[in-house]
Amino acid sequence: MAETSIKPLTLNFGPQHPAAHGVLRLVLEMDGEVVERADPHIGLLHRGTEKLIEHKTYLQAVPYFDRLDYVSPMSQEHAFALAVERLLGLEIPRRARYIRVLYAELSRVLNHILNITTFALDVGAMTPLLWGFEEREHLMEFYERASGARLHAAYFRPGGVNQDLPAGLLDDIGRWAERFPSFVDDLESLLTNNRIFKQRTVDIGVVSEAEAQSLGFTGPCLRASGVPWDLRKSQPYDAYDEMSFDVPIGRTGDCYARYLVRVEELRQSLRIISQCIERMPDGPVKTTDRKISPPPRGEMKRSMEALIHHFKLYTEGYHVPAGETYTAVEAPKGEFGVYLVADGTNRPYRCKIRAPGFAFMSAMDFLSRGHMLADTVAIIGSLDIVFGEIDR
Amino acid sequence: MAGDRPVLLPRELADYLADALHEQLETVEWSGSELSLRTGPDNVLEVLRFLRTDSQCLFGILVDLCGVDWPDREQRFEVVYNLLSIRHNLRVRVKVATDEETPVPTATGLFRSAEWNEREAWDMYGIFFSDHPDLRRLLTDYGFEGHPMRKDFPLTGTVEVRYDDEQKRVIYEPVNLVQDFRDFDFESPWEGARAVLSPQSGTGED
Repeated sequence: MAETSIKPLTLNFGPQHPAAHGVLRLVLEMDGEVVERADPHIGLLHRGTEKLIEHKTYLQAVPYFDRLDYVSPMSQEHAFALAVERLLGLEIPRRARYIRVLYAELSRVLNHILNITTFALDVGAMTPLLWGFEEREHLMEFYERASGARLHAAYFRPGGVNQDLPAGLLDDIGRWAERFPSFVDDLESLLTNNRIFKQRTVDIGVVSEAEAQSLGFTGPCLRASGVPWDLRKSQPYDAYDEMSFDVPIGRTGDCYARYLVRVEELRQSLRIISQCIERMPDGPVKTTDRKISPPPRGEMKRSMEALIHHFKLYTEGYHVPAGETYTAVEAPKGEFGVYLVADGTNRPYRCKIRAPGFAFMSAMDFLSRGHMLADTVAIIGSLDIVFGEIDR
Repeated sequence: MAGDRPVLLPRELADYLADALHEQLETVEWSGSELSLRTGPDNVLEVLRFLRTDSQCLFGILVDLCGVDWPDREQRFEVVYNLLSIRHNLRVRVKVATDEETPVPTATGLFRSAEWNEREAWDMYGIFFSDHPDLRRLLTDYGFEGHPMRKDFPLTGTVEVRYDDEQKRVIYEPVNLVQDFRDFDFESPWEGARAVLSPQSGTGED
């Protein structure tokens, strides 16, 4: 019998598919149930953040960073604050560094809970999501008590953090950190040795060490492929050089390894959180340079100089000396970098945002080729995709 | 992680690169503690290949590639490659100046992550990358016109969309702002505010 060739079927995955983790239109060319080519169409959430930042002062640019990866807002602000501080040549107080590290790690926990549990939901487990969101609610309460907002915090600012932590907050975070490991244990008991979970993730979307580097992977996805690389260890910023923690490394580079790395990172983040609470120093939480950070309100009522500083900061903003920097932090998803070009005025000349998810999304074609349709869902879940940061 | 070979410090790396690539590099600059190399479109692939494969460099990850627009310059665009060496824990930046016409050779053969970044630079700035396997727009709408990150592209854009109830579909219209976009320029008059001093904008108020 003569062989008949079948035309590949083109399938539109998304843009309103719940497993697409946002607005992803994935055009799949299918040979039966097997993916022959995946072409992600992104940009449906493109808001022109970089263009908008060019039209705002440095302080006004901070809240845009919350809206990139809205699952771990403070980590983004962290990169921008460090970049501006590097251009200004500014040292921030020790307490501010500790608060930043504490909240960066709380953000990591916040992010990983959401990723692990929605990933589990994508491959068929519903309970972790329900449990995880309860824990996330506790964490967002800590966000709210420090910054006043549950999500879009605008808390890390060039020069330190916006305000000091309220009394009793550290104790509450400490109490939460004591019982959180039992949540991680429960979470693991549902997933780590779960037969269905393993069938859906082991050997799916394998990336080798060399491929991961060429594809621009960073963060947990790179570590799952066996590369020991963590910016918190190799290029420490703020108070990370004073913390002791381990960097988990995966071996297989598949979806399951990425899951395991994230679970272990939850535990390591807890170690850092406890150390921050234990050693939290006293002192100011933002730089006392009044050309960069506003004076306290009480001082403004009495001192003419303070009033002028306040007025100038919130109208003109501060001028950043001409120069450029690429500053990156280890955000929960990977290396989040800001390439900032300053031209000596009060606005950034160019602010390129390097989002870790962008590189993951561009690898979708490579990762899903030859896999089943259902596996693409597992791959997207394991990569930790959030469209706020990919589309920018 | 460094192996048996001594690791170069950033300052030594600058000298090493200036020596090894003296034909390809135009300048070697420092911005703070960060090293940037400037080269031309003809030599950029050679420079990148050297940086990726040389045992003292091994910049295996192209972390970021982006365009920058400098309308006052003769060569208006700059393509900036940010490279990371995991092996030696170093970063380096490579810059290539180009204009609307001159293509920059694609780096997809060296770094797969360049593919989407170059598509984005094409989309946002109109920088053309030759030999790119799939140079389509990436972030903007289907059928979008113009390159939105250019400095002469208006912040408000040129078209807006709405659902038309009569035609029962989404239609595109030229942007119609109820209130003009106001670009507040609070720069201190002692340091020279552009909007106040330029004669055109002074008459446009009220």
